Amino acid sequence: MTRDSMIRLEKVSKVFPGAEMPAVADLDLDIGRGELVTLVGPSGCGKTTTLKMINRLIEPSSGTILIDGRDALALAPHELRRSIGYVIQQIGLFPHRTIGQNIATVPELLGWDSSRTEERVTELVEVVGLSKGMLNRYPSELSGGQQQRVGVARALAADPPVLLMDEPFGAVDPIVRKRLQQEFRVLQQRLGKTVVFVTHDVDEAILLGDRMAILNVGGVLEQYDRPEAILAEPANAFVDDFLGGERGLKRLALLTVGEADMRWGPVVDVKDDPEEARKAMSREQVDWVGLVDEGRLLGWVDGTQVDDTPLAELEPRPFLVTLSGESSLRSALDAVVTSHARVAMVVDDGIYKGMLDLEGIAEEITE
Amino acid sequence: MTVWESIEEFLAEPTTWSGPGSIWARLAEHVLVSLAAVVIACVLVLPLALWLGHVRKGSDIATAVVNIGRAVPSFGILAIAFLILVQMGAGIGEPWAVLITLIALAAPPIFTNTIAGIQSVETSTLESARGMGLTEGGVLKSVEMPLSMPLIMEGLRIAFVQVIATATLGALVAWGGLGRFIVDGFAQQDMGQLIVGATLVGLLAILAELGFSAAQRATTPAGLRASR
Amino acid sequence: MMLAQEATPLIDWEWIGRNMGEIVDRTWQHLSLTAVSVGLGLVISLGLSVVALRWRWTYSPITWVTGLLYTIPSLALFALLVPIVGLNATNAVIALTSYTLLILIRNLVAGIDGVPGPVLEAADGMGYTRRARFWQMEIPLALPVIIAGLRIATVTTVGLVTVTAVLGLGGYGYFILRGLNTFFWTQILVGVTLSVALATVLDVGFVWLQRLLSPWARRTG
Repeated sequence: MTRDSMIRLEKVSKVFPGAEMPAVADLDLDIGRGELVTLVGPSGCGKTTTLKMINRLIEPSSGTILIDGRDALALAPHELRRSIGYVIQQIGLFPHRTIGQNIATVPELLGWDSSRTEERVTELVEVVGLSKGMLNRYPSELSGGQQQRVGVARALAADPPVLLMDEPFGAVDPIVRKRLQQEFRVLQQRLGKTVVFVTHDVDEAILLGDRMAILNVGGVLEQYDRPEAILAEPANAFVDDFLGGERGLKRLALLTVGEADMRWGPVVDVKDDPEEARKAMSREQVDWVGLVDEGRLLGWVDGTQVDDTPLAELEPRPFLVTLSGESSLRSALDAVVTSHARVAMVVDDGIYKGMLDLEGIAEEITE
Repeated sequence: MTVWESIEEFLAEPTTWSGPGSIWARLAEHVLVSLAAVVIACVLVLPLALWLGHVRKGSDIATAVVNIGRAVPSFGILAIAFLILVQMGAGIGEPWAVLITLIALAAPPIFTNTIAGIQSVETSTLESARGMGLTEGGVLKSVEMPLSMPLIMEGLRIAFVQVIATATLGALVAWGGLGRFIVDGFAQQDMGQLIVGATLVGLLAILAELGFSAAQRATTPAGLRASR
Repeated sequence: MMLAQEATPLIDWEWIGRNMGEIVDRTWQHLSLTAVSVGLGLVISLGLSVVALRWRWTYSPITWVTGLLYTIPSLALFALLVPIVGLNATNAVIALTSYTLLILIRNLVAGIDGVPGPVLEAADGMGYTRRARFWQMEIPLALPVIIAGLRIATVTTVGLVTVTAVLGLGGYGYFILRGLNTFFWTQILVGVTLSVALATVLDVGFVWLQRLLSPWARRTG
């Protein structure tokens, strides 16, 4: 990474009183400006301890922490924390304050005037996808997913350059979690915060992280790299084991169809001669042919139907699943194995782009 | 005369140590009436509370009983009970008004704690007891009552300590008990009598509290002790 | 002893009319003794609760000592204070205040302990100072439990104020004591009824205050 450093941990250790082993030992970690780094590892790996040392909810036993070049340990803890957004799994909304007042917490601590605060709160409610009507409600009146959005809005309120998130989506049900993850990814692309994100969920770490730091028990950094790179080449047996099975599938989840090499396949224009269709089928050794009309994918017809009738007069059947360039290769693989013809058709805005088959997908992994 | 001198003087009086107005006689009156009040309150209240707890009703009644009980001053109940009994022909100096007041005072904590105790037994425990074929009476006797014993005893402790304390007010309605020394001390401006009486009353109350707590620990079923 | 009251009715309205001024005075006395004692009790309890929360080991001795104070019968405590402060309102206030401590400290500590950990972690993470967190998070969130304690302490104190009649004070207890000495039903009933009424009014007042101060606790669920 060539980006300049936003958070830098140098030889940071934490030994809890009475503990034999350090929770975190001599950790070096450099996080670039605008980067989202996920900290993952088994329980006891010190990932949460590491996170909490950055905003000094836990004081390091030794080492240096620099935030934007400033020594974090030299500031008064509460001053430091007001410039760092913080989101936790249990959310910790203040039950006695309305949603609006919750979001306004840090601006008020910083002494913003009320009109500026109000403007910011209204803006943020929309940013996280809630309605303004909720501002006067109390946290207990919201669903878990809504509460977590408020938690994110509250952390973003004073527009801090750094955001610390401790398993923020861990307490909501899997469906809501997936949606929140997607939304947060989009939000992060827009806001470009420097985010440190703790999770125990490898898939979440892979999905969200620009880089992921894999920690071992005792706060030992085993590997720190882009998820693709880690999946392609785990540094050691621990990382390989931690990533779990389906490493290939996890990598596929990171790659998009648009990045892959597609083939044109047995697809002809409806204005072509039926002979072209027969040639395409024998070339591809299949018994079906796809039809396009001025680039638009119409569907497919069975090989036995192709005689001397003009192709335009045949009645093509639609493909059950089509993919877009944005789809992950993992979903492409799913489409291939469930489709009749063992291929995934790629369509962007109705225009046929090409197709992927098992071999094509396998090549993307081995590249 | 200093406070100490008047205390010494009071303690030197022969009537302080023997006769119907002696410390021993007053102490005996005080403790006997208090015990009687708690026992009678138990007899009156426990069956109803056990039944209400068993059928899982009565927590609203219990709350109401506590609230009302707290709002009515015991001194007021005592005065009303005394006047009614006197008009019905009871003699001045007899313990009945005090006894009735103390019963009224002891009943609410016994009542509410018993209901709360029985209702705190988990439904799963009850279901398995019924599933094993226990009768309703058996469930109450061998499951609910032993499990709620700590709370019932707690209610008895609150009742007993409160009764010992309030029996002191008996002297305000011409009865005896240890409060007699305090009320006479105030009336006769006898500092020695006042302080000795107050000290005895204070010690008795504290003793009742500590003694009962010890008894409570001793009677807690072994299986429940660890969790307390 | 012969009783001459047989002919007089239970409630002598004429007596009440004649003594309205006295009733108002005694109301004020009852109310101010209660308010000063509970108010003082709250301030002391707040201090002791802060100590108990900061240094956990002190909680047990604090509740043990205040528990013993609570155990001492009121009449005895008034008497024991006589040689120290005399027969006056100070005596009554010291005794009445000491009875509120146990209830208030228990509820303060339980209320503040009941504030969810994540809320405090979030408050710390947002940059609250310890003091700001205490006054803006812990106290408001503990308020329902604290007010529940204040209700018990206040209602109990209203009842105990009647006993201060032996000190020459008493509020409504003055009527009860006088009625006892003269075998006069009206005075006793006025004293008891007004005392119960005062306790009820203050209790309802606290319920109302709690709803006003913690609207968030009402809309839950």
